[in-house]
Amino acid sequence: MRDDKIQARMAEFMQANQAKLIDRWEETVLSAVGGRISASEVRGELEEIFDLIVRVVSGADESAAGELRAVLAELSGSRARNGFTPTETAIGVFSVKDAIHEMIGDSPELILEYMAFSRMVDDLGLHTFETYAAARERIITDQAEALLELSTPVIRLWDGIIAVPLIGTLDSARTQLVMEKMLETLVATGAEHAVLDITGVPTVDTEVAQHLLKTVMAVKLLGAECTISGIRPQIAQTIVSLGIEFGDVATKATLADALAYTLSRSGLKVGPA
Amino acid sequence: MDRVPIQRIGRTLVVSIQIDLQDDTVEQLQEDLAEQIIATRATGVIIDITAVEIVDSFIGRMLSAVASMSRLFGAETILVGMRPAVAITLVELGLSLPGVRTAMNAEKGLRLLDGRT
Repeated sequence: MRDDKIQARMAEFMQANQAKLIDRWEETVLSAVGGRISASEVRGELEEIFDLIVRVVSGADESAAGELRAVLAELSGSRARNGFTPTETAIGVFSVKDAIHEMIGDSPELILEYMAFSRMVDDLGLHTFETYAAARERIITDQAEALLELSTPVIRLWDGIIAVPLIGTLDSARTQLVMEKMLETLVATGAEHAVLDITGVPTVDTEVAQHLLKTVMAVKLLGAECTISGIRPQIAQTIVSLGIEFGDVATKATLADALAYTLSRSGLKVGPA
Repeated sequence: MDRVPIQRIGRTLVVSIQIDLQDDTVEQLQEDLAEQIIATRATGVIIDITAVEIVDSFIGRMLSAVASMSRLFGAETILVGMRPAVAITLVELGLSLPGVRTAMNAEKGLRLLDGRT
């Protein structure tokens, strides 16, 4: 009973000072986001949220709480996508407390109401942050997937010779993808030579070397040959100092060398016309 | 029990595996193959695994064993038609089948054997 009364008084207070509260709130939010959103846009968002908060606090209708959460989720999601920081996003919710606190300062009898309200805003703030993090997480997974697809082209260099230029570091997921694509292309085209170009691989440590060797081994099992090309001087040094053994795997400095090598392996010769 | 047929082409034996390999089928195959190599004085064995979709470490080891056994009789083994998924599985299992030569298809496998003599 007491809680209801407290909430009702809070709702009354908020409705009475609506214009002033939203003004103050808008000011704080605008100073936080620093001109990346227009004032009218912020105003519109805040008015919608404020209206919903009042409806929740007054307890008049049941659906308001769900609606408020949905609006906040959408807002924080769009903030995350547009590159706002967590602080900038969370301040949009938390600063409503500041605005109310300033007004209440004149009437200390509302302190209980303020405390209950503060708890509710904290909950909403947490909810905002959670959806913000979820939105960010989704962006990251989407990008990782896109990157994986973008970064593994299989090129036909010559009749019976394919090349796979690797850009970026090799982890097990990428190795798997590269291997699958490469082997499938070998089988589909009947090519007997493959060149794995690692010019774009920044470093070769024991793990990356392991992945490279696995790929070469799988190509061999199919009955094709695999040459590794694009070994830069620094990489050669690391490979030697780490004691990595490439065994009988053919390695070449550049893709051109590898092409010349595979051409001669398949019995072809390139000479002046 | 299913038996894997062994066919002779000149001095080459062709083993085409078209069934799910069970442990006893594999043992039977090894026995049959040894007998056939001696009987036909074959110098080459081609094992076609185009139809094999799933391998485990047992089959991987069996393939290596068949190869080293044939070599004892002076016949070279060539594994042909491996599927990409099978190759990846073998590599992940750490089985690189040392001593087994591979070719993309039976035709290329036969050419490999011809080139050797």
